[in-house]
Amino acid sequence: MKAFLMLEDGTRFYGEPFGDVQNTVGEVVFSTSMTGYQEGLTDPSFYGQILVLTYPLIGNVGFNNFDYESHRISVKGLVVKELCEAPSNWATKGSLDEFMKKFNIVGLKGVDTRALTLKIREESVMRGMICLQEPTAEQIEELKSYKIEKPVHRVTVKEKKKYDGQKSGKNIAVMDFGVKENMIRELHKRGHNLTIYPATTAAEEILADNPDGILLSNGPGDPKDNDDIIANIKKLIGKKPIMGICMGHQLLALANGLDSYKLKYGHRGANQPVKDLNTGRVYISSQNHGYAICEPKGSKDIEVTFRNVNDGTVEGLKYKKHKSFSVQFHPEACPGPMDTQFLFDDFERLMEEDTNAQK
Amino acid sequence: MPRNKNIKKVLLIGSGPIVIGQAAEFDYAGTQALTTLKKEGLEVVLVNSNPATIMTDSEMADRVYLEPLSADVLRKIIEIEKPDSILPTLGGQTGLNLAMELAESGFLAEHNVRLLGTNTLAIKKAEDREAFKETMEKINEPIVEGTIVTHVEEALDFAERVGYPVIVRPAYTLGGTGGGIADDAKQLKEICDGGLKASRVHQCLIEKCICGWKEIEFEAMRDSAGNCITICNMENVDPVGIHTGDSIVVAPVQTLRDKETQMLRSASLKIINELGIEGGCNVQFALHPENMSYAVIEVNPRVSRSSALASKATGYPIARVSTLVAIGYTLDEIKNAVTGSTYASFEPSVDYIICKFPRWPFDKFVSADRKLGTKMKATGEVMSIGDSFEAAFLKSMRSLELNVFSSEVNYFEKMTKKQLIDRLSVQDDQRIFCVFAALRAGITAEEVYDITKIDIWFLKKFETILRNEKKIQKEKLKCLDGDYMLHVKKLGFADKAIAEWCGVSEKEIRKMRIDMGITPVFNMVDTCAGEFQAYSDYYYSTYQTKTEVRKTDKKTIVVLGSGPIRIGQGVEFDYCSVHCVWALKKLGYDAVIINNNPETVSTDFDTSDRLYFEPLTNEEVLNILEVEKPEGVFVQFGGQTAIKLAKTVHENGYKILGTSFDDINNAEDREEFDALLTALDLARPKGKTVFTEQQALDAAEELTYPVLVRPSYVLGGQGMEICYNADDIQKYMSIINLNTQEHPILVDKYIMGKELEVDAICDGKNILMPGIMEHIERTGIHSGDSIAVYPAGLDDDVTQKIIETTKKLAFGTKTIGLINIQYILQGKDLYIIEVNPRSSRTVPYISKVTQIPMVQLAVRCSLGEDLASMGYGTGLHKASNYYAVKVPVFSNEKIPDLEISLSPEMKSTGEVLGLSKSYPEALLKGLLASGIRLKDGGAVLISVSDIYKQEIISTAQAFFDLGFELYATGGTAHVLNSNFIPTNVVGKLKDSGENIETLFATDKVCLVINTPTRGHDSTRDGFKIRRLAIERGITCMTAPDTANALAKALKLKKKDKDLNLVCLGDIKND
Repeated sequence: MKAFLMLEDGTRFYGEPFGDVQNTVGEVVFSTSMTGYQEGLTDPSFYGQILVLTYPLIGNVGFNNFDYESHRISVKGLVVKELCEAPSNWATKGSLDEFMKKFNIVGLKGVDTRALTLKIREESVMRGMICLQEPTAEQIEELKSYKIEKPVHRVTVKEKKKYDGQKSGKNIAVMDFGVKENMIRELHKRGHNLTIYPATTAAEEILADNPDGILLSNGPGDPKDNDDIIANIKKLIGKKPIMGICMGHQLLALANGLDSYKLKYGHRGANQPVKDLNTGRVYISSQNHGYAICEPKGSKDIEVTFRNVNDGTVEGLKYKKHKSFSVQFHPEACPGPMDTQFLFDDFERLMEEDTNAQK
Repeated sequence: MPRNKNIKKVLLIGSGPIVIGQAAEFDYAGTQALTTLKKEGLEVVLVNSNPATIMTDSEMADRVYLEPLSADVLRKIIEIEKPDSILPTLGGQTGLNLAMELAESGFLAEHNVRLLGTNTLAIKKAEDREAFKETMEKINEPIVEGTIVTHVEEALDFAERVGYPVIVRPAYTLGGTGGGIADDAKQLKEICDGGLKASRVHQCLIEKCICGWKEIEFEAMRDSAGNCITICNMENVDPVGIHTGDSIVVAPVQTLRDKETQMLRSASLKIINELGIEGGCNVQFALHPENMSYAVIEVNPRVSRSSALASKATGYPIARVSTLVAIGYTLDEIKNAVTGSTYASFEPSVDYIICKFPRWPFDKFVSADRKLGTKMKATGEVMSIGDSFEAAFLKSMRSLELNVFSSEVNYFEKMTKKQLIDRLSVQDDQRIFCVFAALRAGITAEEVYDITKIDIWFLKKFETILRNEKKIQKEKLKCLDGDYMLHVKKLGFADKAIAEWCGVSEKEIRKMRIDMGITPVFNMVDTCAGEFQAYSDYYYSTYQTKTEVRKTDKKTIVVLGSGPIRIGQGVEFDYCSVHCVWALKKLGYDAVIINNNPETVSTDFDTSDRLYFEPLTNEEVLNILEVEKPEGVFVQFGGQTAIKLAKTVHENGYKILGTSFDDINNAEDREEFDALLTALDLARPKGKTVFTEQQALDAAEELTYPVLVRPSYVLGGQGMEICYNADDIQKYMSIINLNTQEHPILVDKYIMGKELEVDAICDGKNILMPGIMEHIERTGIHSGDSIAVYPAGLDDDVTQKIIETTKKLAFGTKTIGLINIQYILQGKDLYIIEVNPRSSRTVPYISKVTQIPMVQLAVRCSLGEDLASMGYGTGLHKASNYYAVKVPVFSNEKIPDLEISLSPEMKSTGEVLGLSKSYPEALLKGLLASGIRLKDGGAVLISVSDIYKQEIISTAQAFFDLGFELYATGGTAHVLNSNFIPTNVVGKLKDSGENIETLFATDKVCLVINTPTRGHDSTRDGFKIRRLAIERGITCMTAPDTANALAKALKLKKKDKDLNLVCLGDIKND
């Protein structure tokens, strides 16, 4: 069976469908991460997107019970060069094809993913549609007008959720914009008590629970789509120590009066170097974002803490007056390098300092 | 941090001759280091004894010393050159050990020389077993349960405690020399004893065996600011238990989840941080196949074979970056040369898979022990790039030039299931084909896994290959519609294999395929999986949709490389290919290279204008020529590999530059060549061309014994032997007929005499002979295994005769470019043994000594320039006032059961050069550089066959006069004693009481002179004596000529510290 990915400019990339075979529309992005497709597929930040993997052999380890970053696949479609039909790893519970079927997501295999990647790199991220047959005029219209509407509101938890840690642990409020589970695991394994809040939870409600710190999670889409949440975050600023990651970083920046812009084709991969401007150390980070924060020009209270070594973009910010900091990249990794997990320790320290100051 | 400005003059130590475990990868690394240092404006001094390398060209460093690599020589050079720094981590284990020795003795501190990059403490922590263990324990990194022993008894105690099998790993050795797996106490005793002897510090690590775990490697890099990255990870297809140099390796890892990959990546970084590495580092892990437990196997705190592979696999130049890090830069200050916009502080992401396949010497060493274990046996390797595992794997298989184009190798096809299952547990170079045969016979992947522990993932991929092979074999052309053809081409199937299965010619399949519109595209290796625009011009073929080759307006010339390093075709042909590329660039052409050896300078993407990393097969070369549409193709620099491709290049309408295809063919074709010699009135040993055993016997009878037999189209004397009787002929023909012979066998009369060798350049009107070389060993020993002396000491009339004959041959063969001729001189009679219309093994060294850029001149001749106008004159070049002695270097100790005696069959893996104004000193330097060091007042054991007994008297006298104690077996001792040379009699191996074995055990003997009797019977005494000597590290000489040369050199009574050192650049100034 043949199928193809049609980009909004009409370019087609042919392949064969797999998973839950159906038509689908999404924003086509590529990731250069060579491992961790299960983590990637279940990362809510990919919501509304058709993910192209540049590594050609996908599905080698099938899927398993350990590598979920949320309880479902977030992408609208997956495009690969070669799908592995006979996976092999001790943890494997089934093939990637079965995994995609389980979550009703379509994939396209046998595609020249390099040619596709180069196209996106040269011309920027664009809309695309996985088509099983010649698209109708309506489908083409759907493709051209496709927009990921308020994705954060769609992926966030519906109700507050608690994870109890140790007695000595901090109480941390996690604002779920599409949180990856490893953020929760990282904090939880440090003994903290976590409360996961829906993205639209009122600041007052969170503050009423009197957390020791607030984690603004990652999430999908354009940060500017979230006026309500930004307004809410403004009310949290300065009240409690805050750590922001990815979307959380962007929303915190917007709430602090900074601006954001769309990158040509984003940073998606497990090999992005970021430089800690305080120490000069470079770390390799896992990244997944299509938007970035503009330079905080003229603001003495906002310090750029990390920069991307490749293109110099802002990768981390510190709000000196507000006991808060944020990073664009993913210290929780999964997939990718664990080099910057120490940022969770930094967050711990920030909360500790704050608690001591309150005493 | 910018460059350390206190560094002004740097000494780089090379890795010396090519031996198993230390090959061309260090020419690649060293060359990159030298280029980088010079670009930084630093003064650079290089010491390396290997003349066949690019790095020892006099232009590569400010001062180049082709001198023996010993601590004393280095001390002297440091005193002369006064460098302020040494870069120790680019010259393999040899360079590292020497630097450590100088540092530990306090010499470097005394002379204010600093070690750049990784410091001595870090090196010690990584290399010293005890220190390594402590370090790993400190940072909670698991290692394999093990203990360090200095006595065999300790090893036995440990094994009793943890249980067998155990692995023995000697400290500070190359390629795991001296190690092994012991299943019981007897084996442990033997292996441990050998290991302790092989270790510089007399230490072995005895470990619990974790065979069957996945073997995973990480190439990591750290700078002085503590920035750490991993450049590439690799997975060995063969699990722990087979040396990684002997394993099929893929990159990146294939069967690991992200969590497993990151766990090991984090461990790598933690380790190199704790050690304080500054530069490149290799970390090897064993990963349990059924859970997340792992163990750190080994850390190499330097660039290595794996780092060369990782550099080629990713496009990240590890040696260059290591060098920059060593002189102070941090990773975020170093630009990524591939993208030009990103920095060295990133981790490459690849969008293809690479497969490395070892190249073993067993096609030449047919009777050697082929088993693979913890000791490396491969002489070289190939790498291939594909976008499926199957394609990468099949490409690498055909890159080996073993005439293997599919998974089928006939010797396993007749085996029963039971036989196959038994055979699967034998770990040797052929096991991979046995795996295929087993799967083909219906043994399940799971069963194969249980025996081999090769991950199911790989086995399932093999099954995909087999399924499709079977389909074509069964349905033939019928199944090959466009879709299916594309499918199997994506799987990497060769046209040649498809053609064979379909019973048609390769040409027909090619035409059919092209008519279907199925041709490969070339994708770029760009370090970043397409994320950034790249400028690497480094390509591989794939059956996808978009080609990325960037051509320019310049005329293009393609240079065919020489493939993997093997016996008979070593780094010297890469030297020639690289020089050809450089010459072409200088002349304004776009130089394109095709090669598949990841260890070499030619496959550095910086070397050529465009690099195609592809198998050197008809199909793949044509694919590239069709894209490049070159002005011409050079086949004369890539050894026999390139020559073999001449036909295809020519027949498809591409121009062969230099000597034409027809003329190459005429020189290689016996009858054409004989006709030419007759026409030119030149003599050669009489010979016959035969196909069958009977014809061979008849020919020998007619020519009279002894005769020399060999296949036509040879290099490195493949299958060449002197036969003294009909028995020898029968034995020879039975071996040669194991493989299908496309070409006839040659039978020649064997003539004993002095062997001479000439390399010349010809433009069709004139020739230039840079020099004449003379072999120390008489005829019958392969030229690659002989000691060669330049200039030859010949009478004027003989010299004149050689000039005339060379001219005749060059013109007669219509050579344009390089020609190599081997002569026999018997009295005043000159016979021609061999004429090769191509570059040769000796071109690099003669180029260096005579300062004539031979390859460059040959290239210019081939492009139509006149020799006379090049400024180097014509005829025989004036002899240098320096002697240059090329001494072969063997890897005999690495290959158990190898018959080491010199014969027409080449055995050496590398070579060194001795340079001096005095002949004996040049000889001595060469011998010292080759590793021959006799203990003063030691003993020499002599045991020669009857034909040499008279001749050996003067040799024995010479060693006696030099103060050596003499031992000899019965007959030899009798002859010596009756000539008044005091000689102790020693019993043969089978004799009880004091015999050769007990004598060796006293450690007195430092030299064995033993000539072989005919035949290679491994049960004979001579064979055993030679092997025993090799295993005990005793120098063993099998040709009296070599022993005489050694005695002559020793008469100088000079030690390393007494040598007059020669800087290569000073030769022309003299």
